[in-house]
Amino acid sequence: MAKNKAFGVINSAANYIRVEGLHDYRPIGAFAFLGRFRMIDFPISNFSNSGFDRIHVYLNSRPRSIVEHIGSGRHYNINSKRGGIQMMFTQNNGASSIYNTDINGYLENIEQIERMHQDYVVIAPSYMVFKQNFQELLDEHVKSGTDVTVLYHKVDQAKEYFRGCNCITLNKQKGVQKIERNMGTAKDKLISMDTYVMSKEMFIYLIKKAKRESSAYSLADMIGLECNDLDIRGYQHKGYFAAITSLDDYYRSNMELLDYATSTDFFKADWPFYTRTTDACPSQYFHGSKVTNSMICNACLIEGTVENSIIGRNVHIGKGAIVKNSIILAYSDIADGVYIENAVIDKWADIKNVKKLVSDSITPAYVKRNDIL
Amino acid sequence: MAQTNMLAMILAGGRGSRLHDLTNKVAKPAVAYGGKYRIIDFPLSNCANSGIDIVGVLTQYESVLLNSYVAAGGRWGLDTKDSGVFVLTPREKADSGLDVYRGTADAISQNIDFIDAYDPEYLLVLSGDHIYKMNYDKMLAFHKANKADATIAVRGVPIKEASRFGIMNTGKDNMIIEFEEKPAKPKSNLASMGIYIFNWKTMRKMLIEDMKNPNSSHDFGKDFIPVMLSEGKALYAYEFSGYWKDVGTIDSLWEANMDLLDSENELDLDDTSWKIYSEDTGITPAYIAETAKVDRAYINQGAAIGGEVKNSVIFSNVKIAPGAKVIDSVLMPGVTVYEGATVTRALVADNVKIGKDARVGSSKSEEILLVAKNVKGEDKNGKE
Repeated sequence: MAKNKAFGVINSAANYIRVEGLHDYRPIGAFAFLGRFRMIDFPISNFSNSGFDRIHVYLNSRPRSIVEHIGSGRHYNINSKRGGIQMMFTQNNGASSIYNTDINGYLENIEQIERMHQDYVVIAPSYMVFKQNFQELLDEHVKSGTDVTVLYHKVDQAKEYFRGCNCITLNKQKGVQKIERNMGTAKDKLISMDTYVMSKEMFIYLIKKAKRESSAYSLADMIGLECNDLDIRGYQHKGYFAAITSLDDYYRSNMELLDYATSTDFFKADWPFYTRTTDACPSQYFHGSKVTNSMICNACLIEGTVENSIIGRNVHIGKGAIVKNSIILAYSDIADGVYIENAVIDKWADIKNVKKLVSDSITPAYVKRNDIL
Repeated sequence: MAQTNMLAMILAGGRGSRLHDLTNKVAKPAVAYGGKYRIIDFPLSNCANSGIDIVGVLTQYESVLLNSYVAAGGRWGLDTKDSGVFVLTPREKADSGLDVYRGTADAISQNIDFIDAYDPEYLLVLSGDHIYKMNYDKMLAFHKANKADATIAVRGVPIKEASRFGIMNTGKDNMIIEFEEKPAKPKSNLASMGIYIFNWKTMRKMLIEDMKNPNSSHDFGKDFIPVMLSEGKALYAYEFSGYWKDVGTIDSLWEANMDLLDSENELDLDDTSWKIYSEDTGITPAYIAETAKVDRAYINQGAAIGGEVKNSVIFSNVKIAPGAKVIDSVLMPGVTVYEGATVTRALVADNVKIGKDARVGSSKSEEILLVAKNVKGEDKNGKE
């Protein structure tokens, strides 16, 4: 394949975004998604499928799980001789420190960025799930002659969800007039997908300018401030879109894929989403089990009832146990007779003493990693 | 990591003609098994888990898919600086013409140069079409402790079935005194598993003699082992008691799949300390729809179940439409069962489509039905 004109950058969520529970143990990029994947698989696969073979992954906190998961990157179908996935670390401590911005990460690695041969860069976040051909986006950007292209998605649930995301205001020519935080003031919003296309020069210019203006600025802040001076245009994304900025968003985004039409449209053979295999064997469904409208990963032992749920790999659901409208992450054990409804159970949890675990609100109950309940 | 000084050769050239249409286009070792595996994943994973670095795979019959499959040694972790999986097909040589492998021993003889390049002390010879988990390193320790020239893995079979196997008659300390191929009146029940460890130096000399022998059929069981015994070499039987299955027929392949439905099954693919590695694909978890009814099944990721599944093994990318029924069957990758169709006691080959309302197989049939071609839907109203 010919060398791509652009390199890819995968960015972490802004320092003010916190997903209750799950986020205490790993960055959002390492969250399990639909049981089998990790969030970061989606942007990397989008880049890989779009023919990008140089990708920078920025890791601003707790990098272990992502480093292990990405490894050599070969499972993402990227030739590691000609290209590769580079992991970019920052020394800044504390994920929620106001100084732990994406700009800070870029500055610490500015030499690497300056040395890239490609003329363009496509920046995509690790806390969102969507399918996008970045080559098409790049071509569109180059053709339009604009300074920065921003990918956005039209949503009608911006009051309850997508909090912490940025939203954009467009003029009739799709010019971006404003970028501001979604505070949940209206239901219809154009959510910025934190995905940008620009020239390498423009990228470096914005990084350096941000540093001069404020130590706490992010790239999104910077682009927002430049709306009047630069030609910034929106490009609409259609199809499945998830932004994981809260536990509610996490739960809803997973559950949405239990709709067969939605998931078959999203997961297609011509656009595979790659992940790291664990070589887990298929799952065993015992006599007496009852599974409906659910996604089941491999190496599960299912003896009980599973309804409208997502079950990660190596999970055991005991005899007479009922799991309803829930997400159970890998290696958890739901003992015989336990009833779980509307919950997110983190990895390696062992639910045996509590016989009933139910959340009545929209927000699911959350059980911590390694918890024994 | 520097590991054992033992190189493995997997015999994977056979057609497996008793698998009928299943092996029309692929060799038996590449046949699918257990929801996500191919048969050859078992010896390859066993090698990787036993600390063997160099594995030669001897292929011949319909080898295109098999060759490309095993060449990606990374699947089994066999792609480090010092490790690799090497596809060895018959080739033309400077001092002789292009020759097919004339027998199992000849396949090794024709690759003496390959083995010499690694200068191993021991050679492990395996068959590419058995399903089992075995630590070859333990067998090697047994071989060394006995100062054997060759060690043959054996397993006890019911004595009344023993005349179907190659039987080892052993004396003191498991030393082999006699080998009988399919004896009418078996003297022991220890059947050869087709797993051998040889001292390479001794073996090399004997292989060269065997190549020259016009009366030899160049087969391990028929020629090579009997010659070793007649020459008074020290041969030992290594007894193995775990799960082992030769999936040579449609019935036995189906049975081996059905074994996985048993929670106490000895193969224990769930054991994370001895994983069987395989090809990986970017697919979703298994999807079990609202309309589905699953009762006792082994289902791989990427399957989509809308109908009823009972006592069955379901591979990746299998689709079972709402209203379809799959009972006591094995559905290989990519099989689609359309609405209202029923599949009973059948083994359905890769990518086969079972049309709307079709009836395939019967609960009363003694034998398992192999379905290797698409089945048209029942023509109820004059159209499909």
